Amino acid sequence: MELARKWVQALWFFLANGFWGFPITGTIYQGPLKIICSPGLNCYSCPAATSYCPIGSLQQLLLGIRFSLQNGQYFFGSFVLGSMGMLGAVFGRLICGWACPFGFFQELLYKIPSVKISIPTRLRWLKYGFLLLFVIILPLVLVDDFAMGKPWFCKFICPAGTLEAGIPMLILFPNLRLTVGWLYLNKLIILAGFTVWSVLASRPFCRTTCPLGAFYALFSRYKLIKLKFNEDNCTKCKACHKVCPVEIKFNETPNSCECVYCLRCMTEACPSDAISVEVAGYPIFGNKPKKNNMPL
Amino acid sequence: MKQETLRLRKTPFVLLGIFLVLWIIGISLNEPHRVLEQAKSICLECIGIG
Repeated sequence: MELARKWVQALWFFLANGFWGFPITGTIYQGPLKIICSPGLNCYSCPAATSYCPIGSLQQLLLGIRFSLQNGQYFFGSFVLGSMGMLGAVFGRLICGWACPFGFFQELLYKIPSVKISIPTRLRWLKYGFLLLFVIILPLVLVDDFAMGKPWFCKFICPAGTLEAGIPMLILFPNLRLTVGWLYLNKLIILAGFTVWSVLASRPFCRTTCPLGAFYALFSRYKLIKLKFNEDNCTKCKACHKVCPVEIKFNETPNSCECVYCLRCMTEACPSDAISVEVAGYPIFGNKPKKNNMPL
Repeated sequence: MKQETLRLRKTPFVLLGIFLVLWIIGISLNEPHRVLEQAKSICLECIGIG
């Protein structure tokens, strides 16, 4: 299952970044596919990006909301929020584990042999702060003389944007190097920090900073596809604790907002079939009732 | 011995419906055109350049 997940992640990486003609065209992809919402965090200024980043687009719409209202346009982000919400209501953070290019990047880094450290549980709350403050409130509230805000998360934080767009742009357009300043340096430092942290700890950006992960996490209890915990089958052996890449104690918090649905607890760890995948309440995978249970 | 009963969870469908309505409202306001316009252009400020 883990190998299959890696292949799916790689496939999504290439689907979200499928325009490899940019060295010839000398610009980013500008085709109609960019109307499609990327399920994972994937910068749309990346030369190869084929879809739009929901976090980037949401900020762009919110920062220009006054300007668009003055021009009689009612762009308040409902198309982007609707796309994100539909993805969240069906898949939730399953997207983080299976379809996010930056999550995949962090997982590959974590494979580098090194000392491994855990991430303090309370840091997980930070990502909700980034979503609320840097993606919604600051772009909406802090505006210039032209009533335009700034894309605070993209501009000051997002390491995915630096990796996928900031660095490739400087390689592709050497004349842009003249405009590089402290802002770019700041973003390079953030990217370097998360790169080193990803070698030492599993998915640090997803767990502490990602606003898209925070948004999808809001659906963890109510989304369509979920992991189901069968308490009757659980022997409390804690095998699920040991394999979890985001350090969840699945048998204690089966609806955890941190779960990225890698399914390792179900396919690699649980010896007693206490974990299954369900869709809208109906088990579809990994569901084997205990031998002494009554048949359904 | 406890017998497990299967029950359809309705909340995901309600959520899906709410966000589908939002999505349709966005389309009716011509928001996809604005999103496409943004996604087609390179935002240098967004990626820390300029």
